[in-house]
Amino acid sequence: MKRYTYDFHVHSCLSPCADNDNTPNNIAGMASLCGIEIMALTDHNTSKNCPAFFEAARRYGIVPVGGMELTTSEDVHVICLFDSLEATMAFDQLVDSRRIKIKNRPEIFGDQLILNGEDEPIGTEEDLLINATSISLEEVPALVQPFGGVAYPAHIDREANGIIAVLGDFPKTPFFSCVELHDAESTAAYTAQYHLQDKKILVSSDAHRLTDFRDENDTLPVDDEPYSSALVRRRVLDFLR
Amino acid sequence: MTVHELLQLPDLTALCLEDGEREIDGVYIGDLLSWVMGRAQSGNAWITIMSNINVLAVASLADVSCVILAEGVTLSEELLTAAKEKGINVLSSSKPAYETARLLFGSLS
Repeated sequence: MKRYTYDFHVHSCLSPCADNDNTPNNIAGMASLCGIEIMALTDHNTSKNCPAFFEAARRYGIVPVGGMELTTSEDVHVICLFDSLEATMAFDQLVDSRRIKIKNRPEIFGDQLILNGEDEPIGTEEDLLINATSISLEEVPALVQPFGGVAYPAHIDREANGIIAVLGDFPKTPFFSCVELHDAESTAAYTAQYHLQDKKILVSSDAHRLTDFRDENDTLPVDDEPYSSALVRRRVLDFLR
Repeated sequence: MTVHELLQLPDLTALCLEDGEREIDGVYIGDLLSWVMGRAQSGNAWITIMSNINVLAVASLADVSCVILAEGVTLSEELLTAAKEKGINVLSSSKPAYETARLLFGSLS
C-alpha cells in the first residue's frame, strides 16, 4: 500500500474566473513541482479540457482523474470524479443537456478556453459555465452512479457555494461518502459540528490560478500493484465510494 | 392576518396547509439557508425559491408561519409529506419574490 499525494479540485482555463495560464500542461507541471501524484481536473460544469489534461498529466508523470465541479440547482458545488476519461466525457454530455444556457461575457468571466494536449486553443465554450444547472443535489449520487463516478460536496467550509452555507446544515439525504474541505484545519470542528464521522474528509486546493497550488498536500492509501495509472484511478474511486 | 386569509390573495395557492389559523407576523425573504436560520423571525412568512429538504428544517427551526415558494416553485411529493408531518404551511406563488412581497405588504399593513 502506497500513500499518494493528491489534489482532486483544480480548474483549467476553461473555468470562468480561472486564469488563462491554467493550461493543461501548466497545471500538470505545477502539480508535479508541488509533489502531487494524483490530480483531478474539475472545471465548472464541464470536462471538456480533460482529454488535454490526460495527455499533459502523463507528460509530467501524474495520474490524471477526470472530473467536474457541478453546480446544482441550489447553487451547491459538488465534485464529481470518474475512473476513466470515457466515463468523464459521457457524463459531460449529460450535464450539457441539463445546463441553463446564458451567453458568456468573456470580459467578465474569462475566455473559457478549450485546449488540446499541446496547450493550443481548439475552441471556446460560448455559454457561461458558472451558473446553476437544473440538476438538484438530491439527484447527483444517482446521476453519477451509472458512469461509475463518485460525487461529494466541495469546500464545505466555505461560504460561497458550500453545502452548509447554502442549506444551513449538512443534509441527511442524499448520502455522500466524502466531503471536501478547503482548509485541513477545519477537519475536527466540521466533523464534530456536522456529524461527518461516517465520511472521508478530503482536502483540495480549488486552484483557479497557478499560485493557488499548495506545497503541502493531503495523501490517501492506494494498493497500486501491479502498477498502472488506470488501476490507481480505479482504486482511488473504490476508496472514495 | 392568518395564513388562511392570506390564501385569498390572487397568485397564491396552498401546497400544504396544516395550520391555516396561524397568524402572520412580518415577512422574511432569502434563499441562503444558513442566513435565513439566524434572521427569520418567529411568525414571519418566509419567501424563498429554494426547494431542498432543508427548507423544512429551517422553517421549523425559525418557527415561520408559512413558507411561500416564489416563481411557481413547488415541492416534491416526498417533501410535501414531510411538511405535513412537521406541520409546516407551504404556499406557492406564481410571482417573483418582490411581487409576492408587495402583495403581502398590501394585506399585512
